[in-house]
Amino acid sequence: MDVLDLDVLDIARWQFGITTVYHFLMVPLTIGLGILVAVMHTMWVRTGKPEWLRMTRFWGRIYLVNFVLGVATGLVQEFQFGLAWSEYSRFVGDVFGSLLALEALLAFFLESTFLGLWIFGWGRIPKKLHLASLWAAVAGSIVSAYFIIAANSWMQHPVGVVVGEDGRPQQVDFLAVLTNNTALAAFSHAVVAALVVAGALLVGIGLWQLRRRTLAGRSTTDVDQSVWRRSVRLGGFVSLAAFVLVAVTGDWQGKLMYQQQPLKMSSAEALCETEAPAPFSVFAWAKLGSNECDDVHSYTVPGLLSFLAHGDFSTAVPGVDELQEQYSEVYGETYPDDPSFGDRAGQPIDYTPVLAVTYWSFRLMIGMGAVSAGVAAYALWSTRRGRVPTSRIGVYGSLLAVGAPFVANATGWVFTEMGRQPFVVHPNPDVPVGEQVYFFTAQAVSPGIGAAEVWTSLVSLTLLYGALAVVELFLVTRLVRRGVTTGDTTPTPPAVGSDRSHGDDDGRPDADRADDDVLSFAY
Amino acid sequence: MDLQTLWFAAVAVLWTGFLLLEGFDFGVAALLPVLGRRTADRHLMLRTIGPVWDGNEVWLITATGAVFAAFPGWYATWLPALYLPFVVVLLGLIVRAVAFEWRHGSHDPRWDAAWTRVITGGSLVAAAGIGAALGATTLGLPIDGDGTRVGGAFAGLGWSSLLGAVAVVAYSLVHGALFLALKTDGPLRLRARAFALRWSPLGAVPLLAWAGLVQLRSGTLVTGLLWLVAALAVVVTWTRVRLDREGQAFAGWATVLLASAATLFGAAYPVVVPSTIDPAFDVTIAQASVSDYTLTVMTWVAAVGLPVVLAYQAWTYWVFRRRLTAEPEHDDAPAQVAA
Repeated sequence: MDVLDLDVLDIARWQFGITTVYHFLMVPLTIGLGILVAVMHTMWVRTGKPEWLRMTRFWGRIYLVNFVLGVATGLVQEFQFGLAWSEYSRFVGDVFGSLLALEALLAFFLESTFLGLWIFGWGRIPKKLHLASLWAAVAGSIVSAYFIIAANSWMQHPVGVVVGEDGRPQQVDFLAVLTNNTALAAFSHAVVAALVVAGALLVGIGLWQLRRRTLAGRSTTDVDQSVWRRSVRLGGFVSLAAFVLVAVTGDWQGKLMYQQQPLKMSSAEALCETEAPAPFSVFAWAKLGSNECDDVHSYTVPGLLSFLAHGDFSTAVPGVDELQEQYSEVYGETYPDDPSFGDRAGQPIDYTPVLAVTYWSFRLMIGMGAVSAGVAAYALWSTRRGRVPTSRIGVYGSLLAVGAPFVANATGWVFTEMGRQPFVVHPNPDVPVGEQVYFFTAQAVSPGIGAAEVWTSLVSLTLLYGALAVVELFLVTRLVRRGVTTGDTTPTPPAVGSDRSHGDDDGRPDADRADDDVLSFAY
Repeated sequence: MDLQTLWFAAVAVLWTGFLLLEGFDFGVAALLPVLGRRTADRHLMLRTIGPVWDGNEVWLITATGAVFAAFPGWYATWLPALYLPFVVVLLGLIVRAVAFEWRHGSHDPRWDAAWTRVITGGSLVAAAGIGAALGATTLGLPIDGDGTRVGGAFAGLGWSSLLGAVAVVAYSLVHGALFLALKTDGPLRLRARAFALRWSPLGAVPLLAWAGLVQLRSGTLVTGLLWLVAALAVVVTWTRVRLDREGQAFAGWATVLLASAATLFGAAYPVVVPSTIDPAFDVTIAQASVSDYTLTVMTWVAAVGLPVVLAYQAWTYWVFRRRLTAEPEHDDAPAQVAA
């Protein structure tokens, strides 16, 4: 297909995909690393050990470099629902908008205000209050994740609404929206997955520094060495424990998906025919570019899919072909002949998501998550009882594997979103057919905007995001190479008492040493 | 007062809060090349807004979120009609945000200078873009009966968006100077004060003209009086700057914005997007709003959440309340040396 033939809908979908996946590279790191830096800071406040302070400041800097890119790209997310998807915004306004607004009110203010206090508050506010600021900022990130996942989960599984007189969903039960089981499962899955990301970062960078310093002849007992050892151990334990929880919550989410969006799960398995017991596919291939089930061939483990879907080894799992027929019967074989569907009005509807994408994104998600767990286990084993890993392959492999959980997170979202097509709001099967709320992606795009406009924003955002990725990687690499700096060796920033002794609001210059400290830390 | 009106007021307060707070950090950023003669000065200017710019920007996110939440019909008409200006705003805000945090990532002076230019450029672009969008919205967009823009990508832009852009930028420049006069000491304070003294009368003119046009179209007696308050506040500001009362001058200039914004929103009520094609196509709060159930839920959450937010934001300003001065040894020599 010629890219210039793409219509507004396709371009807007590419734009949403690119900007969202990119944004979601920052989000798990912000959440996961935020939690771990807050733990380090807490350990320093509790024990007073300088290693914890150095860790807080080293990892804190990386956290901040990444945090700001997450904030900046998050802005695009809020606006693009209105910019390119105005019909979607009109349709879901009664539910979706309030979740976004609550996210801003209850989470973003918390996050940004207290992060500013944390960055600039070293030595300026009492130690415990300063620590509490970081925890407040981290809590803000987590609350924000909750609201956004609740909003997304409502699109996957709309609850708490009835069809209003104008055909749009009308909210009747806000609590049901907040406690949507889809949201609870997805939220817990995403938060533990964020910890895998942060753990892998600590492990990869920590091992590299540890080995580098050891080879350079640094004593294994010096304080910097201890910083890296602690980082590796903390990261390894967190990553491994989080991986177990990722599997548990993923299984929960998978079982819900079999009830709520069976077609998504069957296409994740490329399970074409309904089978009982259903086999789990290990590897599948199909004719290039084909979305026909007949072209799919798969190596399988008998019965495992039945277990994943229902918890036993014999129950039938419906296949793609059968589900496609069921969907066609209920929701129509063709899009309504209505101008709001644009070029797609009256065209046949394909209810099967792009099989190659759902199948492989699902496998990459699981596979890359498993790589992280393997690396974490290796890291813990190779650093046991004061050992330092010397294996070049092991250490550089771990450094490379920092990317694995990012891929797992991104493909997880690609699977979730692409697997829901052609719906943007997928019908809730627990609701009788005539009363269901659902919305096709083809209806969601803004009328009145032209392909040129969306191309402009797609190209400019993509180029900018690409450039920012290069700069971020450059900055993080620099920070990592520099390691713990001399500025971090001061065990305590200037005491709060001396700051206050300047007297209160007397217009006196605020020129204490804390500022050196702030600047060397924040930037 | 019905819930729609209450939420119209809430949206107005959020947008005004955004313009008031982010206005001064836009202004400080835009004045970097004007008032920041030495590296140390620019450093100092950025430190005055460092702890708060991100929190200020959340006002924009919340204001937009509140429009979506309470008036999806407004949100869905407004954003696509001004697609390109909003994309430009986003690009400006993105580069500005990363520049704040990344400019100290290297000790190369060229790196620092480049990111400083990005902060200035991004802030100006974002301020102008938001002004353009608000100007075009309050003075009318070419929308049809379905709320869809007619006439192509640039149909929403014209003299009204130009006026809005100039108004927000001009207001922000003076606002930033007054903020610097209030927050710093030494030569920078004097330069900022001189800038405000020279430009404050002129800086308010486009804003007053914009509010005045909306007032003439659909204002009431009350909004007319508010407009007069805004005009008087300009005089107050100027005299206070002359007497070197920076706190009062800052408050006076804030009043200019508060009263102008109150005029704008009050005169427009209950229309949120006026149509230039036919007044019958105007989008009003009644057509644009969500159900009363959703508004009620949001009202309760906001009633509990908003005071908390305001309290801790105010507290942050209190923590960082002292004046700052540049330290000579900071000049071109950052605190730590690269390893």
